[in-house]
Amino acid sequence: MGRYTVATVDEIPPGGRKIVELQGLSIGVFNIGGEFFAIRSACPHKGGPLCLGVVTGFVRADTPGRYEYLRCGEVIRCPWHGWEFDIKTGLSWIDPNRLRVKSYAVAVEEVTPAGQAAASHATELRDAGLIEGPYRAEVYPVTVDKATRLVTVEV
Amino acid sequence: MARVAVGNGARASKPRVSIIDCDIHNAVPGLEVLLPYMPERWQQHARTIGMRGRTALARGYDYPKGAVDACRVDAWPANGPPGSDLALMQRQHLDPLGIAIGILNCLFKVGAQLNHAWEAALARAVNDWQVAEWLEKEPRLRASIVIPYEHPESAVQELRRAARLHPGFVQILILVRTREPLGRPQYRPIFEAASELGLPVALHFGAIGGNAVTPCGWPSFYLEEHTGMSLAFQAQLVSLVLEGVFERFPQLKVVLVEGGFAWVPSVMWRMDQHWRRLRAETPYLRRAPSEYVRTNVALTTQPMEEPQKPGHVLDLLEMMAEGPKLMFATDYPHWDFDAPDRAFPVQIPDDTRTQIYERNARGVYRL
Amino acid sequence: MGTPASGKIRYQQGMPVVDTDVHVAVPSIAALYPYLSDHWHDYLVESGVRSLEVNTYPRGSDLSARPDARPDDPALPPGSTLEQVQGQLLEPWNVQRAIVHCDYGVHLLHNEDLAVAMARALNDWLADQWLSRDRRLCGSITVCTDRPEPAVAEIERLAGRPEFVQIALPARSQQPYGKRVYWPIYEAAERHDLVVAIYAGGGIGNPITAVGWPSLYLEDYVSFAQAFQAQLLSLVAEGVFVKYPRLKVVFIESGFTWIPSTMWRLDKNWKGLRREVPWIDRLPSEMIREHLRVTIQPLNAPVQVLDRVIEHLGGDTMLLFSTDYPHWQFEEPADAWPLALDAASLDRVLRESAIVTYGLDRRRPRPEGV
Repeated sequence: MGRYTVATVDEIPPGGRKIVELQGLSIGVFNIGGEFFAIRSACPHKGGPLCLGVVTGFVRADTPGRYEYLRCGEVIRCPWHGWEFDIKTGLSWIDPNRLRVKSYAVAVEEVTPAGQAAASHATELRDAGLIEGPYRAEVYPVTVDKATRLVTVEV
Repeated sequence: MARVAVGNGARASKPRVSIIDCDIHNAVPGLEVLLPYMPERWQQHARTIGMRGRTALARGYDYPKGAVDACRVDAWPANGPPGSDLALMQRQHLDPLGIAIGILNCLFKVGAQLNHAWEAALARAVNDWQVAEWLEKEPRLRASIVIPYEHPESAVQELRRAARLHPGFVQILILVRTREPLGRPQYRPIFEAASELGLPVALHFGAIGGNAVTPCGWPSFYLEEHTGMSLAFQAQLVSLVLEGVFERFPQLKVVLVEGGFAWVPSVMWRMDQHWRRLRAETPYLRRAPSEYVRTNVALTTQPMEEPQKPGHVLDLLEMMAEGPKLMFATDYPHWDFDAPDRAFPVQIPDDTRTQIYERNARGVYRL
Repeated sequence: MGTPASGKIRYQQGMPVVDTDVHVAVPSIAALYPYLSDHWHDYLVESGVRSLEVNTYPRGSDLSARPDARPDDPALPPGSTLEQVQGQLLEPWNVQRAIVHCDYGVHLLHNEDLAVAMARALNDWLADQWLSRDRRLCGSITVCTDRPEPAVAEIERLAGRPEFVQIALPARSQQPYGKRVYWPIYEAAERHDLVVAIYAGGGIGNPITAVGWPSLYLEDYVSFAQAFQAQLLSLVAEGVFVKYPRLKVVFIESGFTWIPSTMWRLDKNWKGLRREVPWIDRLPSEMIREHLRVTIQPLNAPVQVLDRVIEHLGGDTMLLFSTDYPHWQFEEPADAWPLALDAASLDRVLRESAIVTYGLDRRRPRPEGV
């Protein structure tokens, strides 16, 4: 466990990212609208370098042919098989948890300040009708020191 | 801190066998790269008319892919498309994954061109380019001979030429969606030459061959077109078996590349059941259809099957035990890539692993 | 009745069944004349349209009729008289209900007006000559699908008659059936609680396979499974089951052993390509299990793998007993379903799943004495 300064604020402009190696882990640090998030660059599906993927929005549809495009810049698609993950929470928004498959582990969330923010963000998305999946990419708390303008990740 | 949930990709330990990767794609950076390998007349044609297949689009694909050029986002070199840069392929793929031998399948749309004379020149150019830029530069790589397969006379000429040209050519490549089923008589000379030369014929995912991509017309989505590619594989397998191509050429090996394999048992059972009732139509078949699939067909493992219950893959392997050989493939650099250590969603027995990752390919390709 | 020590029961002929795939045949085109206008009758005769019999089952082929299902009169196609069907199937097999359909090439006509008139005549003939004369029989509405409006009109015309339980569409179509042009048919089907059945037939405008026309009849028949796979992909991908959540689809004579591999591949690809079809909000395999049923012939599986296939399907609820009369798909009657099952499971396969799928108890209650 440790706290690592990974970048200055200016290094990662809004919409940008920086991939760093911390404690042998590849971690992507993202700036979404001025807020910073860190997510492990390992896709829970098959281990692909998640943070090298395309950052995009979430397409949903109430009915065939009508598209709603939400949360632009907040979703990353694994560069390998294209699975979608919410950058802020690491949650996958596919493979909805309706199907009871005993062999899959369910993610356990410890409540940290970052975890609380993640939980409330997830609530927002659920209210928008999205169904979260049982997969999650690992996320790490990020703090920004306004005085020094340094971005710090806690691993 | 949230714990990572483990999905289908079981964290198996690195395989203790050397890996033969039976499907890697070397990409032609652009038509201009092939010009030096063509006579002037065809260089002119390339500059003026260029590539024309059974589509009205000047470039790109009839179905937009899941990722740019259907490739892994992290596999783009500084210049050129994924798979065009040998150094990146070595650095990103061959070296770190411990690939002992990689079989190249160049998908440059040779075979799907309308101008048959142009296509013959194109095939020659691609094969010569493969020798110069790949086989001569990387000893771990082998390659597939591209041929103008809709024009079997030219195809046979080219495959014989290329086979003589370099021992690194280990198979002949046909894109799976052809104009007619490959068991039809006009394609026979290709299989005859392949059999004589001891070269397997690979049928690889892809192409628009001139028919709608399903028997029910054109679907709307890439999801359907990609998932439905197996329909072409199934039809080809049925044609080759039931038209007696394997009876005629018992030494011939056909490799189905990038078609998945979960559908194979059901096709074997279905062919056998209906052949038993209708075998009068195929008096030349001396064995049950599934028998030919077992002895003359091999398949690559990619894209790996991912049932909701991973254990069903073991069922599948058991159902395939009396069936065709499976050979590991990554399909680097495409998006539906399988990494060697994460390909199977369950632990498979060591002996099975050795067969799939190495031994079967050594047998099929005589490596 | 076989009762192995495990408590499982083997099917024997004589156990009551609902036969979900029975083919009846038009004895000759003249049988439809009474159901056509003078104009169409004269048009057919003057144009020399002798027959619209399809080539899916060549008369002399062994597959086309079991030895005990051949007609006495060789000039007639198998399954063309009620007495035959009663004597060869309904009685000996203890068929409580039979879902019958007649594939008589009306959908192969390019003249939409003629096709619609022939479809209407075929449906009237079926009702008159079959469904009204034996209450065990439940029928299929034949429609032409060039444009959805005439198809919907025909469905509306017949939907109120409980002896019609499904709409029959041939597996080989001009476009995949999930395409929106066909949706009015599903809207009408859902509204009227009619099953949409897709059967091994058709062939208008597209080659038999994705790689062209195969040489042999054997290949043609084997390749039907590919058409069904394409239809299933289309129905799922286009969101037909999202738009019509109560719709039920039955695949007739499609085989079912290819269903697990299709479900697995579709699930896998959907997870990465979800954004292309965002209306799919759950696993495609889940949708398939909910909406698709399939008649069991041809089994296309050795008995020793059947229980594994059923597990891969996620249970037996998709399976509907069928003989595929008059086609020759098995040797002994007991081979129609060779896997021993527990009593509840066997009852589902033989009767109950079909009764639920077609709403038979409500719509076409069992006749007296059956």
